Amino acid sequence: MSAPARTVAPIEREEVAASRRPWSKGRIATHIFLGGMAVLWLFPLLYAVLASLRSYAYTSEHGYLSFGGFTLENYSKAWEAGDFGAKFLNSAIITIPAVVLSLFFASMVAFVISRFSWKFNTIMLALFLAGNLLPPQALLIPVFKLFQRVEVPFWISESGTLLNTHLAVILVNVAFQTGFCTFVLSNYMKALPKEIYESAMVDGTSLWGQFWRITLPLCRPSLAALATLEATWIYNEFFWATVLLQNGDKFPITSSLTNLAGDFFTDNNLVAAGSMIIALPTLVIYFALQKHFVSGLTMGETKG
Amino acid sequence: MSAVAEPRQRGRGGGRLSTRDKVTVSLMMGIPTLVAASLVWLPAIASVVLSFFDWDGFGPLSEAEPVGLRWYEEAVTIYPAFWPAVQHNLIWLAAMFFVATPIGLLCAVLIDREASGTKLYQTSLYLPVVLSMALIGFVWQLMFSRDQGLINAVLGTSIDWYGDSRYNLWAALIATSWRHVGYVMLLYLAGLKGVDPALKEAAGIDGASEIKTFFHVTFPVMFPINVVVLVITFIDSLRAFDLVWVINRGRNGLELLATEVTRNIVGEAQRIGFGSALATIMLGMSSVFILIYLRIVMREEAR
Repeated sequence: MSAPARTVAPIEREEVAASRRPWSKGRIATHIFLGGMAVLWLFPLLYAVLASLRSYAYTSEHGYLSFGGFTLENYSKAWEAGDFGAKFLNSAIITIPAVVLSLFFASMVAFVISRFSWKFNTIMLALFLAGNLLPPQALLIPVFKLFQRVEVPFWISESGTLLNTHLAVILVNVAFQTGFCTFVLSNYMKALPKEIYESAMVDGTSLWGQFWRITLPLCRPSLAALATLEATWIYNEFFWATVLLQNGDKFPITSSLTNLAGDFFTDNNLVAAGSMIIALPTLVIYFALQKHFVSGLTMGETKG
Repeated sequence: MSAVAEPRQRGRGGGRLSTRDKVTVSLMMGIPTLVAASLVWLPAIASVVLSFFDWDGFGPLSEAEPVGLRWYEEAVTIYPAFWPAVQHNLIWLAAMFFVATPIGLLCAVLIDREASGTKLYQTSLYLPVVLSMALIGFVWQLMFSRDQGLINAVLGTSIDWYGDSRYNLWAALIATSWRHVGYVMLLYLAGLKGVDPALKEAAGIDGASEIKTFFHVTFPVMFPINVVVLVITFIDSLRAFDLVWVINRGRNGLELLATEVTRNIVGEAQRIGFGSALATIMLGMSSVFILIYLRIVMREEAR
């Protein structure tokens, strides 16, 4: 797939040509349709922002079609009720090592696959990529039992097994995400001219040196794109964290929103505020690094 | 390392590896492979094997009793949630395939044609893609909730959209589509940028209408992306989980294969063999699409 070269400079290309075209009926209709879609798509999120800024007392008395009762209280209440400080820390403990390890592992595999033309390379790549697409629930039982049986020192886990540890969630995320990253990075590395290694080989630079000092620095753009994307995905990961961490204190922020929704009574304004707090990091990443995010997503033309 | 035979390949650096480099290569391949093997590939095989055994989950594996196809038989005959789960997964798939994906494609085509001034449309459409499915479940709760939801407030109804089994699957599908449309649009937008404009121009000179050009020229040229989108749609429909788990843990009208597998290992009772049989059914279905996907992607790769 020639994707990296094609999509690293996205979206802006044809703008000049289009702006010169006259406004036909078709174009107006197109803009009306797209504008309508945009409003429709933005609405749930904007409504959530609005709801998060209103007090429950006001909306329960006047209904949600009223206007007023604005307050910031939901945010501080949600932060405390959800114990979000600790949960954000958990998210960081899981996400940062998982992203770094996924990218590190993937770039090593991609380097070997792109540097040498061994017959098993394609098979390895296919296996890694296939792993990324498997339904995680279908692997749950063996993975769960495996973590339950692996004994680890008590400084890692108070129960003595990997189940219910952040390490388990990190490992399983790495195992799943390495496939996608390997695929994207190997495409990128294959596009690098092989001449760049020649002088290094004459100098007798070791293979590791070539990887670390030549290949990796050249891959910086795709590593940045992948890091943006993977950080979002792993931060958003819900399934593994929910089933492998049975102890609510260890939940990352994405799995802990359920704490705000009670069994018998739910304050939706509070839930809205909690949702906004949880969405904030991904929204910031998205708006600040949109180009990376989009190019990362389209480089592999996949995810799952 | 004997696989490096042709002289053409030796030029890429193979064949002349020092001992140290050989160790480096083995570790560079070996460690990631070990992690992926022990947490993805072997568990996949283990799910299949366990589905033919009766194992309590705690004793030694050697005490597990082979039971043949018993769990599969139980699933299709007496397990009450099995057929509803299959049916819901199929409805899910149909909704994504026939509704959400075409909407995403349509938006991509229109945005690609207009090109200028579409930044805002793009941004709003793929904003939900950065949110987690769990979070999307909560954002839509503000619409769907019985007592505090916007929809009931506007319509004057008092329907529990997330709780009532007549409606909750459709509510979940609307929330999922919110994300899927943006995702599909993004993939097609990248795909459309790769289509040679000369092709379209040539068709235009021949007098083909824009719609005709799209279906006869642009769409076929995007074949690999069509397959990728198709496979992603299928696989994501099969592994749908987060959204219904936050709504009601996949009960009462929201049973899905993924939630049923999960219920058999975390929750009231651990039914290892039975859960593995459900997992194997999921694996079987997904592997068909994964194989199609790999064929297309690897063929592209070989070019």
